[in-house]
Amino acid sequence: MTTKYTPTIATEIIQEYSAAPEMLVQILHAFVARFAYLSDEAIRQISLELNLSRADVHGVVSFYHDFRTEPPGEHIVKICVSESCQAMGSRELTAQAEEKLGIKIRETTGDGQVTLEPVYCLGNCACSPAIMIDENVYGRVDASKLDGLIEKCGG
Amino acid sequence: MTESVTVFVPNETAAVSLGANEIAERIAVAAEKNNVEVNIVRNGSWGMSWLEPLVEIVVGNDRIAYGPVSVDDVDSLFVAGFLQGGEHDLKLGPTADIAYLKTQDRWTFRRCGLIDPLSITEFQAHGGFAGLKKALESGTEHVLEQVKTSGLRGRGGAGFPTGIKWQTVASTDAGQKYITCNADEGDSGTFSDRILMESDPLTVIEGMIIAGFAVGASKGYVYLRSEYPLTQQIFGKALKVARESGWLGENIQGSNFSFDIDLHIGAGSYVCGEETAMLESLEGKAGLIRFKPPLPAIEGLFGKPTVVNNVVTLGSVPDIVALGGSTYDEYGVGRSKGTLAFQLAGNIKRGGLVEKAFGLTLRELIEDWGGGTASGRDVHAVQIGGPLGAYFSADQLDTPMDYEAFAAVGGMIGHGGIVVFDDTVDMAEQARFAMEFCAIESCGKCTPCRIGSVRGVEVIDRIVANDDREKNINLLNDLCDTMIDGSLCAMGGMTPFPVQSALKYFAEDFNK
Repeated sequence: MTTKYTPTIATEIIQEYSAAPEMLVQILHAFVARFAYLSDEAIRQISLELNLSRADVHGVVSFYHDFRTEPPGEHIVKICVSESCQAMGSRELTAQAEEKLGIKIRETTGDGQVTLEPVYCLGNCACSPAIMIDENVYGRVDASKLDGLIEKCGG
Repeated sequence: MTESVTVFVPNETAAVSLGANEIAERIAVAAEKNNVEVNIVRNGSWGMSWLEPLVEIVVGNDRIAYGPVSVDDVDSLFVAGFLQGGEHDLKLGPTADIAYLKTQDRWTFRRCGLIDPLSITEFQAHGGFAGLKKALESGTEHVLEQVKTSGLRGRGGAGFPTGIKWQTVASTDAGQKYITCNADEGDSGTFSDRILMESDPLTVIEGMIIAGFAVGASKGYVYLRSEYPLTQQIFGKALKVARESGWLGENIQGSNFSFDIDLHIGAGSYVCGEETAMLESLEGKAGLIRFKPPLPAIEGLFGKPTVVNNVVTLGSVPDIVALGGSTYDEYGVGRSKGTLAFQLAGNIKRGGLVEKAFGLTLRELIEDWGGGTASGRDVHAVQIGGPLGAYFSADQLDTPMDYEAFAAVGGMIGHGGIVVFDDTVDMAEQARFAMEFCAIESCGKCTPCRIGSVRGVEVIDRIVANDDREKNINLLNDLCDTMIDGSLCAMGGMTPFPVQSALKYFAEDFNK
């Protein structure tokens, strides 16, 4: 469960990693896990406490797909769009999810329930197509299974 | 019935993705209702993903398999008396007799599925830590010699001889050296690192300790991709178990050798699977490729001599040291020694992990193990070695699986992933995706990769739209050559392989 950003919790997280600049990627992960995304405020605080420039931190944040800078929906639905899942119909699954949710991939529904994202391989390639909802992976996903899972997310 | 029945239900991503956790819960509930005592063990996977969730019951000296089980099957399994090995439509017989498994050459993956991955006792009962014990007794020279003799080559994809890499680090003077385990398994169609880390994590830990001992390193890092949350959980626990039992940390098993391992999580970047980008990421930075030389073995993590090895490479080491390098060398052909964990994926009937000695053909893997396509249609194209690997056509299936034979036909075995497509695939779309993926995942350091991939997508779009076709096909070929010759790493340097092979073997798809 994510919580609202506070400088005190942020400092605690940074201290868990001894405010070491080489732990920046891990610290950013911990921030996203705790606060759902990286706000400008959070990036400013990390750069101050790690003694890095904001440009340095921004460079790392923007390099990695995992480090979101906008609040995501309540649930994050990731559809694997790599080759193995393409061979088993992930393009159709993506189109189906977009239609059902009324959004394009990389967007969030108006009610803030679901963010739809692509993911490049979940390592479940023998059971393609695969999707991931929050931290749970699902395999051999067909149209009706996808519908059911999206409905559970309130989509 | 008073005796407790042992039931294995895998705690492994593929099985869990198909309901293994719910199945384990349902079995526990049903057992209580039926007044039977069950001991549910969450093992790893045997790698027969097509049969997952694969539930096993210990009956006498056998493990009787049922699969693929869904949560709705549990009640009927109880009615059929599956706890005593009763007949049921899903009954597969003794696990060890399943042909898919029986015909494999299990070396690195021999404990996967067999044991509780977090039990030191079971690990040791099946030969675990024998390699490390032998290493500590026989000394660093002996270990280096065995790894060299084995002919083991890097299983991440590049196929560099492991013994030579280790020797380089061992021979380089430095106060601090590092072992890094590359678990950033980003290639589509590959999951062998994941299966090993979830099903037998201690063997990877053992391999890393042996590597540290051999080269004189006291610290190891595992760089695991964030797309594997269950792996993170299991491997994190395995590190704890190893530490608590004195197999990891200060003075391992009372010896004067100390070694510890930190687990770092990647952040969704494909290029961080390239060794120098991974080192940058481990240092907390953006995963930009480094120039080589200097090699990581000389100047790697934090500028210190560093071994960068793939999960499966490290996991193969303990038995090489325990049984002797020449035992491993007996498997395989030519300069491709030992076994490789081939992974059957995509549109395949029996997808999963097949560990075999090098030298069998692609056709044997796809037809004998894989059973052809899942859709029942013809095999049309096969991509081997991940998104940077060439596409093979149906008439190239007799190519033997060894590093050199693949290189000779412009392919690469890479990390052993085999993705099958049936005849509904549009190969122009796949070629476009290769370029698009490179544009998304390029680290941006070198121009051929950063810009070339974007231009590649545009040129393929023009070819497909029949816009000045001949000129644009020539342009695409030129662009591919520039990327191959001018890119800093495999990302830009190999993205043209799937593109060129699609253009060569599936030209009709570009002209519809």
